[in-house]
Amino acid sequence: MMSEPARESQRGASKRPGGERGPEKGPLLEVRDLVVHHSQLRALDAISLQVFPGEVYAIIGANGAGKSTLLRTIAGLHHPTTGSILLDGNDVTGLRPERRAAQGIVMVPEGRRLFGSLSVEENLQVGATYARPGPWTIDRVYEMFSWMRERRNQLTAQLSGGEQQTVAIGRALVANPRVLLLDELSLGLAPVIVQRIYGMLPQILATGLTVLLVEQDVSQALRVASHIHCLLEGRTTLEGRPADVTADQVEAAYFGLAGAASASQPGEGSEP
Amino acid sequence: MAWVNAIIQGVLIGGLYALFACGLSLMFGVMKVVNLAHGDLAVVAGYVAIGVITVTHIPVLWSFLIVVPLMAVLGYVLQRTILQGALDRSVLTTLMVTFGLSVVIENGLLQFFTANSRGIGTGLALVTGSFTIGSQIQIGYLPVTIFAVAVVVLLGLQYFLSRSKYGRLIRAVADDKEAAQLAGADYRHVFGIAAAIAFGTVALAGIAYGMYSQLSPTTGTDIILLFAFAAVVIGGLGSLWGTLLGGVVLGVAQQIGAQINISDETLAGFIVFLAVLVLRPQGLISRGAQS
Repeated sequence: MMSEPARESQRGASKRPGGERGPEKGPLLEVRDLVVHHSQLRALDAISLQVFPGEVYAIIGANGAGKSTLLRTIAGLHHPTTGSILLDGNDVTGLRPERRAAQGIVMVPEGRRLFGSLSVEENLQVGATYARPGPWTIDRVYEMFSWMRERRNQLTAQLSGGEQQTVAIGRALVANPRVLLLDELSLGLAPVIVQRIYGMLPQILATGLTVLLVEQDVSQALRVASHIHCLLEGRTTLEGRPADVTADQVEAAYFGLAGAASASQPGEGSEP
Repeated sequence: MAWVNAIIQGVLIGGLYALFACGLSLMFGVMKVVNLAHGDLAVVAGYVAIGVITVTHIPVLWSFLIVVPLMAVLGYVLQRTILQGALDRSVLTTLMVTFGLSVVIENGLLQFFTANSRGIGTGLALVTGSFTIGSQIQIGYLPVTIFAVAVVVLLGLQYFLSRSKYGRLIRAVADDKEAAQLAGADYRHVFGIAAAIAFGTVALAGIAYGMYSQLSPTTGTDIILLFAFAAVVIGGLGSLWGTLLGGVVLGVAQQIGAQINISDETLAGFIVFLAVLVLRPQGLISRGAQS
């Protein structure tokens, strides 16, 4: 059963950013020819992407395609061999993760990574310590998730996986990011919980955020995204709006079958 | 009655050992640095206190007002430079670096201050005075004062770690420094603050030991570091109140050992240390007060 908010976001996605994509507005986040190595292994090979304000940009791909590496590099946890990352036109490639957070790139890491010896509220307080000015406060997070206020003094280890994921998102939101990076939200969670968490996206987007997410669950990504970008073994195999790509194209790009084609619109293609 | 006396003296000296131990425990708990120069730095603090008292003629007891901030600054600087540099390489490197630091400090002290031992405030009534309970139990003012200082330091540390912004960041960084970075926290700076606090307690430990006994260039590794390790292991790593319990258990074991035979004092302490290591390696309190 598809939840109401998920459908809403799909409608929103099709009318909001898709049509506005283009040079006149300028990308909020831009990645240019990014190459990242894990020791000898080339994890990412000349990846370029542009994320425009208000978008939900989804990076999909199989295990080991380099999705998480890409997101972690954008957050500053990996150093690229070559290439650059720009936020609103400013080069942030050389900045440490904490400086990028201050500029507005905040990531919800894979596996949630909450502070286990801190309470729910303390986790949020840490997130808010170096917050940029903006709409999100701890109270606002509590308004969105009323259970959290009641359980604010519990250690996060006592929460269910879905609750932990929600706290992790709250911890990132209170920093008031401009671009929110979500790394594999669905990992280890029941489908119904995943639906509920993705159902919160419209509310989050309504506060003016832009979302860049990594998702292994392709159908989930296609439901929420306004733009998808498929990786295979560190390379771009498909890019475009969900409405413009066919299921066959996605399947081919995902598994690396012959005939994978770019669905990018003319003039913004990332393929050489 | 002699046994009761031994236990009381042991408990009180446990306060001193807790002062030795809490900085070591904090450094390990937060940045996983086993600081082998811990004891030597306490001796340095004691020598600095002697110097400060000689030069400025301030009262002995107030010397900590100058020495503690000085050591805290030294802690921050050392952490941000040498120790962080070592941490960026590997845990083993930090062990070697702090060992090297220990050797350098010890030999530096020998060079400049000779091997003579010196005490702090040796003539003070606080240091020499005592009161008696009943006819056989004599309690020195100094051990009582040091015990009280240790309790106040631990209470203060607990309050700081659980309530303040930086205390929260220190715990967050100890849990997951990468996640803390993603939340905008510069973990190197937070490490520096934790080191500054640890070095502040090290300064108190050095001054306290200088008043309680005598400091020489080798006191740091021979006594302070070893007893600090023993207290931390007995009490339980990462637990603030565990260091006090560990210090007290170590102190009582030593005093009971001395009661049996005066030359068994140190041996008895380390037998308990080994027994805990074998029977309850996580320590008497495992992972308590700090979280």
